[in-house]
Amino acid sequence: MTTVTPSAARAAAGPPGRLRTSSLAGRAGVFAVMALFALYTLIPVWWLLVTATKNSGYLFTTNGLWFSHFDLWTNIRDVFQEQDGIFARWLLNSALYSVGGAAVSTTLSAMAGYALAKYPFRGRDLTFNVILGAVLIPDVMFALPLYLMFSQVHLVNTYWAVFLPSVVSPFGVYLSRIYAGASVPDELIEAARLDGAGEARIFWRVAMPIMSPALVTIFLFQFVSIWNNYLLPLLMLNSDELQPVTVGLANWREGVNQGIPYNITITGAFLSVIPLIVAFLVLQRFWRSGLAAGSVK
Amino acid sequence: MATRTPGDALAHPVAGSAAKRTPGRGHTRSAVLFLAPFGLLFTAMMLAPIGYAVYQSFFRTHRSGLGLGPSTTVFAGFGNYVTALHDSRFMSSFLRVFTLGIVQVPVMLGLALLLALLLDSRGAVFKKVFRQIYFLPYALPGVIAAIMWSFLYAPSVSPFTAALRHVGLEVNFLSDDLVLASIGNMMTWAWTGFNMLIIYSALQAIPGELTEAAVMDGCSGWRVAWHVKIPAVRPALILTTVFSIIGTAQLFNEPAVLSQVAPTVSPTYTPILATQQSADINNYNYAATQSVILALLTFVLSFGFLKFTQRKGTFA
Repeated sequence: MTTVTPSAARAAAGPPGRLRTSSLAGRAGVFAVMALFALYTLIPVWWLLVTATKNSGYLFTTNGLWFSHFDLWTNIRDVFQEQDGIFARWLLNSALYSVGGAAVSTTLSAMAGYALAKYPFRGRDLTFNVILGAVLIPDVMFALPLYLMFSQVHLVNTYWAVFLPSVVSPFGVYLSRIYAGASVPDELIEAARLDGAGEARIFWRVAMPIMSPALVTIFLFQFVSIWNNYLLPLLMLNSDELQPVTVGLANWREGVNQGIPYNITITGAFLSVIPLIVAFLVLQRFWRSGLAAGSVK
Repeated sequence: MATRTPGDALAHPVAGSAAKRTPGRGHTRSAVLFLAPFGLLFTAMMLAPIGYAVYQSFFRTHRSGLGLGPSTTVFAGFGNYVTALHDSRFMSSFLRVFTLGIVQVPVMLGLALLLALLLDSRGAVFKKVFRQIYFLPYALPGVIAAIMWSFLYAPSVSPFTAALRHVGLEVNFLSDDLVLASIGNMMTWAWTGFNMLIIYSALQAIPGELTEAAVMDGCSGWRVAWHVKIPAVRPALILTTVFSIIGTAQLFNEPAVLSQVAPTVSPTYTPILATQQSADINNYNYAATQSVILALLTFVLSFGFLKFTQRKGTFA
């Protein structure tokens, strides 16, 4: 493998004919490493897909990595019928927490980041550093005491218990400040002020449209982190009807011994990742721009 | 965290533009109004819980009559902290996660860097497809991925156990010897692609002239990677390391799901699991103490790493 990139680089600098074979070997080497890791990534997901099509009996007796007796539709029907159709409720809850939480969170982050980038005021750096410091603290530090606090004001086991903590995103404020600072010109703001526009109007009509690519990224990050959250809803919620799909499925996994069939859990897991995978593939460029903004600083 | 070093790059993009304008009182008012909604929720959902946890950690609840009688709360000073430091199961959970992290994080980030460099090299083909495949695990929620792996490791259904049995090897991924490595594999599978993408994005931002000049000077691909590309993506490597330290310290989903199927994963396997167990038995003061210790250690590790790399950076 050590021969891979040298030859590739030489090839790029204008390859003499005699080097072409080693360049070809180099390319093959690069491809082999990359393909190997792609296999490592794909095999578990492939297993999930294949297994979602099998009924319980074939799960233990057939090759896990290949199809036999295609029962996907039966499995899907069973997933949605288990426990009086609670799976649909879980999906709906997840969507509610994620879409609502991410939308509010993005708006708050945009406002805060814009203020931190564009208004000079005393204590600005301190404020920003406190917010940034919160990124370095593990979630459990907030989740557990929040549970204790919420139980005193009777918020535990309500939608709010999961929703309220989800709308605060220090990382979103960070991204939004960086982006506003780099992309919204001061001259434009000044010009709008001269035209008599108020500060709120300038933010909504001038700054927000310029910041929109960063806002999409913040929305996506927050959407996924809320959809993936497990510890917080696990602590906060008791009733099955309020759970997001992550907690619900983990309970099913635990309930295998109490008669929840394996294939129900596996098919449920498979169904719950489809919306996210689709969103990822469609919106990939926003991920990359967000990650790039985070990493250059 | 409130201290700002002169080298703090984060403040630079705005510092210049701010100096040009005269800070009026009206601007401060607008700034406060824009910051208020986030600030209020940030205070309520993040600062207050930290304060509350620290406060709780200095108290202790005594129950009379086998826990059935009324309980009284008394000030305990650092008593809970002393208890935690002598709690061998809690301490060994730290050691376990630390051991895992010290091996898993370098392996994962090394892989991520290698893949990013290969994707960035001119010899690579199908770049877009590979990139999307590597990023795919990030789309699987941690718990769902953990549920998936819990089946993939379970001896009765695992295709890997079956394949290894074919070649005469009897492997149980959930055995005492292997379960920590199995958890490490779950983390590597889930996060390598995400880190790869951060590093790859930084590689893409390197000016083309820089690498071309090095190639013109006769540098081989590996030398360009080592002397030009890797130093240029140093901030991305630092960022991914800090994310990984925090992520490892919070290890919860994987062992929580595995503990349902593998007796080798105890209820105090990681610090968070141990904390949650204390909360489950209503020992909230002790749970608060445990989470404060975990947060402090995590903060010291990640912030210490940041400071360490920054100081090295200024002298380099």
